[in-house]
Formats: sequence, structure tokens, C-alpha cells
Amino acid sequence: MVAASADRVWKYFGDYPALRGATIEVRQGACVALIGRNGAGKTTLLRILASLSKPSKGEVTLLGLSTRSPEARRRIGYLGHGIGVYDDLSAFENLTLFGQLAGVSDPKEAANKALERVGLIRVKEGLAREFSRGMRQRLAIARAFLHDPDLLLLDEPFTSLDDRAIAVLQELLAAARARGSTIVMSTHQLREAMELATDVALLERGRMVFAGPSTPEMVLDPGWLYRTYGEQQA
Amino acid sequence: MNGLAAAFAIARKDLRTEWRTKESLNASVSFAIVILVLFSFAFDLDREERLAISGGLLWLVYAFAGALIVNRSFARELPNDCLDILIASPAPPWAVFIGKAAACFFLLLLVELISLPVFGLFYNIRWIGSFFSLLLVIALATWGITVVGTAFSAVTVNVRLRELMLPVLLYPLLIPLLIGAMELTTGLLNGNAVLSDIRLLIVFDVVYTSLAIMLIEFILVI
Repeated sequence: MVAASADRVWKYFGDYPALRGATIEVRQGACVALIGRNGAGKTTLLRILASLSKPSKGEVTLLGLSTRSPEARRRIGYLGHGIGVYDDLSAFENLTLFGQLAGVSDPKEAANKALERVGLIRVKEGLAREFSRGMRQRLAIARAFLHDPDLLLLDEPFTSLDDRAIAVLQELLAAARARGSTIVMSTHQLREAMELATDVALLERGRMVFAGPSTPEMVLDPGWLYRTYGEQQA
Repeated sequence: MNGLAAAFAIARKDLRTEWRTKESLNASVSFAIVILVLFSFAFDLDREERLAISGGLLWLVYAFAGALIVNRSFARELPNDCLDILIASPAPPWAVFIGKAAACFFLLLLVELISLPVFGLFYNIRWIGSFFSLLLVIALATWGITVVGTAFSAVTVNVRLRELMLPVLLYPLLIPLLIGAMELTTGLLNGNAVLSDIRLLIVFDVVYTSLAIMLIEFILVI
């Protein structure tokens, strides 16, 4: 079954096409590393999949549903460039709010569990703005995984994380995969991504030039994909 | 979670963060009180003149104080990209809008109720006798200001000069509402109000609330 699909998706910002007919089909349970150089369109594609932006042309579905359907949005977890938590709310208040919005049956219990998982339970009443950078990142990770989403959309999730946050994220990603969740993550850290990914998608200037299973060549030499399918080959 | 519960959660979040930071409340209360006090010293008016300008003065102050409140409504979501998380959540866009408008409504109502005694004191106008009628007019007109203001707060949230853009877009649309509220308030304070004129405020509120609810998804998801 397909967890997410984008069919010939175009996205214009003014006259500039950030995506030029990008097509991808993500099967359920897959972990897709979405790679590409800066400006290739990775964030734009993830934002469209997360229903934050509308495609100018093309079709996008999540779990067989329209991206803007409440059921599809209830089943996705999104971690973007910003941490997506309120500085003037405590860690517990932040997660309870997002639990309520995500339709979790017991938001307070879910918040406590999530804080326990990321090691912030002892400071749960502290305001997010008083946290260190690493603690804020762990809070953001807890927020994205709070409602055990079926589809995780992660935009450069490992960028600028401290060691503890990386360990927490890897642990949560492994648990999500074991649960059968689908993961789509954009990344520049090819080596780390290849270790996790079952599938790879390469975007070049808004075009999807490769989408398929991860192969031993990619894992051994992450640059191989760029050399084989990258711009100089086009 | 149904839409109303989501709206309630968002309103409570906005009120809680505003109560902790007081970033728009302090500015709005200070502005309203300073303008009322300054005007009372700037013009030497007799009682009849004071009564004649009372509604106009109050609603000009409330409209400008309201812009300070609604300006922060969606701008509050910008740090840490929290707006993305609200839009990606299963909460319906109308619930996000209603929650934010409701929080602005309570904050502006608070500003108005704080500045009303200052107005009575400095202009020597008794409003206690018509308090409940006045409260009805204030509530209806304040909802109109916050609904239109919150919608334009969403429109201008990613505009660099949003503090300048918001009043430019907001005030022309508020003209019929403000005229109605000014006339009703002046009438109530003079003891000759025609409360049937309140229909204008009700129609304004219904039309703009419905429009905002229908359009908010197109405003937020671009």
C-alpha cells in the first residue's frame, strides 16, 4: 500500500518553479531519504506532503487521502526547520496542547510519556524558552512523535542536533519503523541517512531524477548517487 | 478532537502566553488610557459636547487599541515556525481562526473594561446606569473588530511590514461597524439610544465571521 504519493507536482514561487513535475511513491513502512543539493526542492516537497503548501500542479495523496483531510493530518508527524514549540509554554503545556490538537485520547498522559522518552520529564514544568538548545530540540522531537504517527515527515532532522538529541531521534525512528510507520526525511547527511533508509529519492533542481530502493553502492559510497544520476549526467 | 474543542485549546494557549508576556496587553491598555487622559486635557468641553463626542472618542480609542491586540494574533505563531504545526495539525482551519479571534476578543474586552472607568472619571460621564446595554454594544462591536482584525492578521503574517499593513487593510472595512457602535454608544450615554440599530452590528458580525471561516484555509495554506 502507498503511504504517500506525489504525481507530477509543480510548485511555483512567483515565476520560479521550485518543483518541476516531481513524482514519488512511498510505500507503507518504507524509510525514504530525500536527498539533493541546496535549493533542489526537498523542503518544498516535504511541505506539500505535510499539507502546509498547495502544489501549483499535480496530485498529492497521503495514506490514500487528500493532504488537507483531517484524517490524513491526524496520522502525520512533521518536524520542520523550526522546532515548532511555544517558548512561553512549559514543556508539558506544549505537548498537552499538541496532543489535544492531534486528537490523542489522553493528552496529559501522552505528554508525560513523550517527555519521559526524550529525558525531559524532570523539567516538564519549565518554560521552553528557559531550555538549552539541545533540550528544545528534544522537545521538538517529542512533539513530532507524540501521537505515534503513521507517516513521519522530517526536514533535515539531524542537522545541528547535539549527541543526546541524535540518540533520542535514532531511538524514536527505530521504534517508529518497528511499529510499521513510514518515514520520509530530507537530509544532507548522506552516510547517516543511508544507514537508516530503505529507499532513496534524489531531487535535482525540482526534478526527481532517482527514486528507488537503497543499494549497497549507495551505502558504501553515498556520493555515487550524485555521480550517477546527478545534474552532470542529465 | 472536534473543532470547538480545538478552538478552545488554541484560545486558552493564546491567553496563557499573553498573560505571561503581556506583550500586546500592556501596550494596548497604556495606549487607551493615555489617549483618553490626553484628550480630556486637550479640549475644554462642556457637558453636552462631552456627551456628543463620547461614542466617537471611545470607539476610536478601542479601534486603535484593538489593532495592537490583533496584530500579535498570528504573528505570535511565527517564532519557531509554530504556525506550520497548527496548519499541519488535524484541527480545522476555522477552529484555529475562531480560537485566535476569541483570545483577541477577551483581551480587547479586558482593555475596554479597564479604560471605561477612566473615561467616566476624566469626562465626568455616568455609564453605570446603561452598563448592560453598553456591554452588549461593546461585545458585538469588539467581536466585529477582532474577527476582521484576526483575518487580516493571518493575511499579513508573512508580510515584512505587517504592523503598517494591518491598519491600512483593517480600518476601511471597519467603518460601518464603527459608525454603528459610535452612534449606539453616544445614544446610550445620552439616554436616547435606539437599540434596534444593534442589527447593523449583528449583521456585520455574522457576515464577516462567515466570510473569515470560509476563506481562512485559502489564506493560511498557499
